[in-house]
Amino acid sequence: MRLRIRRYHPHFEPPSIDMEYEISGGGTLLEALEEIKQKRDRTLSFSSMCRSGVCGSCAVRVNGKEELACTYKPKDGDYIEPLSVVGVLRDLIGDFNSSLATLKKAHAYPVQMHSGMSEEDERQIERQSDCILCVSCYSSCPVYETNPSFLGPFALSRAYRYVADSREENKKAHIDAVLQNGIWDCTLCGNCTAVCPQGIDPKNDIVLLQSWAAKFGHLNPNLGNFGSFGLEF
Amino acid sequence: MIYDVAIIGSGIAGLSAALRAKELGKDVVVVTKKYPTQAQSSMAQGGINAALSEEDSVEAHIADTLRSAAGLSDEGVVRYVCESAPEAIAWLDYLGTPFSRKGASIAQRPLGGASAARACYAQDYTGLKILHTLYDNCLKAGVKFMSEKFLLNIIIEDNIAKGVTLLNIRTSQVEQLLSKAVVLASGGYAKIYGAFSTNGYGSYGEGLAAAMRAGAVLSDLEFVQFHPTALAKSSILISEAARGLGAKIVDGKGERFCDELATRDELARAIWAKIEEGQEVYLDMRGLGEELLMRELPQERKLARIYEGVDPLQEPVPIRSAAHYSMGGIDVDIDGKTSIKGLFACGECANAKLHGANRLGGNSLLETVVLGRRTGESATMCHNEVEEKTYERTRIDTDFVRAVFGLPNQIDFMERQEFLHKVLYNNAGIVREELAMKGVLSLIRQHQRELAFMGIRDKSPIYNTELVRFIEYGNILELAEAMVVAALQRNESRGAHYRKDHPEPKEHFKAHSHVWKEDGVLCADFKEV
Repeated sequence: MRLRIRRYHPHFEPPSIDMEYEISGGGTLLEALEEIKQKRDRTLSFSSMCRSGVCGSCAVRVNGKEELACTYKPKDGDYIEPLSVVGVLRDLIGDFNSSLATLKKAHAYPVQMHSGMSEEDERQIERQSDCILCVSCYSSCPVYETNPSFLGPFALSRAYRYVADSREENKKAHIDAVLQNGIWDCTLCGNCTAVCPQGIDPKNDIVLLQSWAAKFGHLNPNLGNFGSFGLEF
Repeated sequence: MIYDVAIIGSGIAGLSAALRAKELGKDVVVVTKKYPTQAQSSMAQGGINAALSEEDSVEAHIADTLRSAAGLSDEGVVRYVCESAPEAIAWLDYLGTPFSRKGASIAQRPLGGASAARACYAQDYTGLKILHTLYDNCLKAGVKFMSEKFLLNIIIEDNIAKGVTLLNIRTSQVEQLLSKAVVLASGGYAKIYGAFSTNGYGSYGEGLAAAMRAGAVLSDLEFVQFHPTALAKSSILISEAARGLGAKIVDGKGERFCDELATRDELARAIWAKIEEGQEVYLDMRGLGEELLMRELPQERKLARIYEGVDPLQEPVPIRSAAHYSMGGIDVDIDGKTSIKGLFACGECANAKLHGANRLGGNSLLETVVLGRRTGESATMCHNEVEEKTYERTRIDTDFVRAVFGLPNQIDFMERQEFLHKVLYNNAGIVREELAMKGVLSLIRQHQRELAFMGIRDKSPIYNTELVRFIEYGNILELAEAMVVAALQRNESRGAHYRKDHPEPKEHFKAHSHVWKEDGVLCADFKEV
C-alpha cells in the first residue's frame, strides 16, 4: 500500500513537496506514520500521544478531510497533509497556538457556577464536553480561513457548553463574549460538524448561541442591514 | 523573569497545583512538551473515587486502599486523601466538571477491589472531562502556559532547585526557566514497556529521571501496575468499568477462570499464566448490551473495532495485560516535598505512598486532584533566592544537545529501544525472577554504553521529534536500570511486584525501596515504613 505525504520544512527550497511511501497496511494511519519514521525516513515529523482518540494531537487531512491519524485506517493512494489554515511548523505538525487562543476570548470557561445538576442537565452538555481540542474544526472552517479573528468552532461550542450548563448563573457574560467575530460571523456551512471526530455539532451549538443572544436582546447585525428590506415606507 | 512556581506537566496534577498556587496569588507557569490538554490524564476512563453514598464510608475507602497497598502505603496520606475525596468531587463539580449523574446525584460505579460503588465518572471520559474543565478554569484564572518545551534537567545550586532547563522543541534551543519553586507533575514511567503499555507515547518519566540526576530520592520503582484488560495487539486499555458492569474474562474455550473484580495484580497474573500456557484470553462484553455499552463506555466499542477488528457486542475481544501505572516515583511527603529543597512533585511521577504496592482503580485521579492542590499550595510557601543569570546546568545542556546532533549514529536507537521494551515486559514485567532480571540489567547497561555510538539521523533544528525521542530513550535507560535494581533487591512478592523465585511476602521487606544517584552512581537501599 502506498501513501502520499505532503512534507514541509521552512528552510528547504521548495519548502513543500509530496513524497510517496510504501507501508504494510492493515493498521491505523498513525501506525503507518510510525512505521515510516522507524523504518524508512527518520525526518518525517508528526504529532501523536494517546493512540485512542482522546488527546487531540494527531489530526491531519486525508484526501482533503480532517481525520485523527490514530483512528483512521488508510487506503492505497491516500494523500496526507497537515491541517489547513492553522499554520504548519514542519511536515504534518500544525501550530495550534492561535486556535487555542480563541478559547479565552470566547470566555469558554465557567463564569459563575453553583454546584449540582440533574441527569437531564448533564445530558445537555455531554457531547460538547467530549471536545478534545484537536483543531480539526478550525482546519475545515472557511470563515477562520479568511478572518483569523473569528472565534472559531471549538471555542464557540465550548462557550455554548457553559451557557447550556445548568450550574452557570452568568450566561450573559458568555453571550457578550461571542458577539464580536463570533456567532454572527459563522456562515453555518457545517464543515466543522462534518469533520469533528467526537461527533460534536458546533454548527448547531452556534445556532443555539444565536438564539440565546436573541433572548438577551442582541439581533443578528447581518440581518439588520436588511431591516425593512432597505425600503422606506 | 523569575516565576514563583513553575509546574512541569499539564495533566490533572499539574493543573490542580497551578490553580491552587494561582488562587494564592502567585505567578504560575505550566510547562508542557505538547499542548496543555494533550496529557496522559485525558486517557483515564474509569473514574475518581470518593465515598459519597450512604452505602459507603470514608473508613471503607481507607480500608480498601490500605488492603490493596499491601503494607506499603502511608496511613496518614491514605486517610488524608480519602477524607478529602468528597470535598475534591464537590470542587470539581463547582468548577464545572460534567460528571455523569443518577437523578440529582453524581453517579458512581464499582471498580475492582472496592467494597462499594465509589468511582464518580463522566461516561468513559472521566480524565478527559476533568482535565479540560481544569484547563478552562486555568484560562479563566490567567495561568500562563508554555507549550512544546521538553524538560531536560532541574537547575540545582547549593542543593536548592532554582528552575529547570527545557528543550524548545520548535527550535532545538535549550532554555532555562527560573522559579522559586519547581513542581514536577510530569507523569509516570509505565511507557518504558513500550508497546506493552496502555500509556500514550511520552510517559517515559523524564521528570523522574531529571529528579534522579538532580540527586532526589526515588522510591518503590519496582511497583508497576499491569492492567489486566488491554487489547491484545495494541495494548489499548479497556476500562475496568467494563468488568464493573459485568464483562467476563474468558479463555479460548469461553470459560471463566478468575474473579473479574479481583485486584489488578491478581488478574494480570492469572491472564499472564493463561497466555504463557499458549492460550488466548478474551474480554466478553456481549452481556452488557448495546444501550449500556454505548451509554457508559462509548470509547470501547470504537477502539475494539479499530484495533482488533472485533465488535464487542458480537464477539469476545482478545486481551493481554499491559503496563498501566507506576506506583513508584519521586519520593515525596504529603506536601509534595522531595529530598531537594524547592523541588516538589505530585501525580504519577511522585510517590506519596497512597497506592503502596498496588493501586486501586479510581484512586489515581483522586490523588492528582487532592495532592496536586496540596502540593501547589506548599510550593507557594517556598521562597528560595533565585538569581537572574545563566546557570551552569543550562550551559551543559546546551552543549549536550549540540553534541547529540554530532553523534555518529552507528547503532539505531529505535531498534534497540523496541528490543528493550520486549525484554523488559517478558523478564521484568508481570512475573519476575532474579536470573532473568540480572540479564535485563546487563542489557540495559550495555545499551547505556552504546549511547555514544547511537544518535539521530534527522539533523534539522526545527521540530526535531527524533531528537526528543532520543533524549526520551536516554531517560528510559536510566529509569529502567533503577526500576530493575529495585526489583532485584526486593526478594519477595508484594502487590504488583511478583517474584517467581520468592512468591510470598516477607515481613522484613515491608519497607520502601529507595534509589538515588551519588556522583552519577546508582545507589539503592530500603527504608522502613
